[in-house]
Amino acid sequence: MDWTPYIAGAGIGVLSWLAFLLSDRPIGCSTAYARTSGMIEHAVRGKAVLDRAYYKQFAPKVDWEWMLVLGVVIGAGATALLTGAFALVWVPPAFEAAFGPSVPLRLAVALAGGVLMGIGSRWAGGCTSGHGISGTLQLALSSWVAVFVFFASGILFAFLLYGVTP
Amino acid sequence: MNEALQRLRGNAPVQLLLGLAIGVGFGACLQIAGVTRYDVILGQLLLTDFTVVKVMLSAVAVGTVGVYLMRGAGLADLHIKPGSVGATVVGGIIFGAGFAVLGYCPGTVAGAVGSGALDALVGGVTGILIGAGIFAALYPRLEASVLGVGALPTATIPDLLRVNPWAVVVPLVLAIAVVLYGIELAGL
Repeated sequence: MDWTPYIAGAGIGVLSWLAFLLSDRPIGCSTAYARTSGMIEHAVRGKAVLDRAYYKQFAPKVDWEWMLVLGVVIGAGATALLTGAFALVWVPPAFEAAFGPSVPLRLAVALAGGVLMGIGSRWAGGCTSGHGISGTLQLALSSWVAVFVFFASGILFAFLLYGVTP
Repeated sequence: MNEALQRLRGNAPVQLLLGLAIGVGFGACLQIAGVTRYDVILGQLLLTDFTVVKVMLSAVAVGTVGVYLMRGAGLADLHIKPGSVGATVVGGIIFGAGFAVLGYCPGTVAGAVGSGALDALVGGVTGILIGAGIFAALYPRLEASVLGVGALPTATIPDLLRVNPWAVVVPLVLAIAVVLYGIELAGL
């Protein structure tokens, strides 16, 4: 039996204690993307962007959660380098096996999936971290509903995409 | 509450560094577990590889015990997200579609970028930023229509059941242990 996923999961549980204790915050990731999107749009289109009602709630600036997402890139990158798992890959193996080695195809699919994920995570008010781990461990009703729908919908669309008949 | 703790929480530059440090730990855990890989996430959604469920459920089991212990000692406050059918369920369905098509979520896509996945960087992160921008632009109209439909109580399950939190925490941790044991027995 492989204990790695459990050790890593327990580690995430301990990190969530630290987040609540030291920062009075749950771990979450998706608002960082909304803030970044606002920062980019602000730079391109000017101050009018700041008047959007959504950016009054989630100001387009670097905050705790933004730094956390940056930390995830660094932590995963350093770990991948140390364990020899770091590899520049355009098309993941499972995608290639099902849909072929085309890089433009994978990028178009990833972009479309990313757009859906960006809309869906903000629409639902959280993602697999904010609802799926932090919300459920607080025993929040909305987060248990969210994570159930995330996976039910994800499983349905994955089966449709990969043409698996249940 | 402990005064030193309050000062720490109010220290903005230190908080940014703490966010970064917790993120580094989070990214290391995601990478060690293997959930920064598209293949592992699609394996979960296709029900052939249960790594994602193992990681999430063990995080929830460990996290819930510690957070409720700290809350009992007056060292932590809960932050319960509001929700509704229109926001949580409709948004969750869109999220699930994105989860399957992209093959990463907002946390694991950042870890995937760190581990060298260029589809996560060029396609995934760009797409999520565009999607979040679209949502921000649509927000006033969505807020006035679908987001408020069928409001869920902003409450915890023990509050709704009017029971002591431990009457939910203990059975939840036991249930998680049983589910994980079952997954291992099934060889998934």
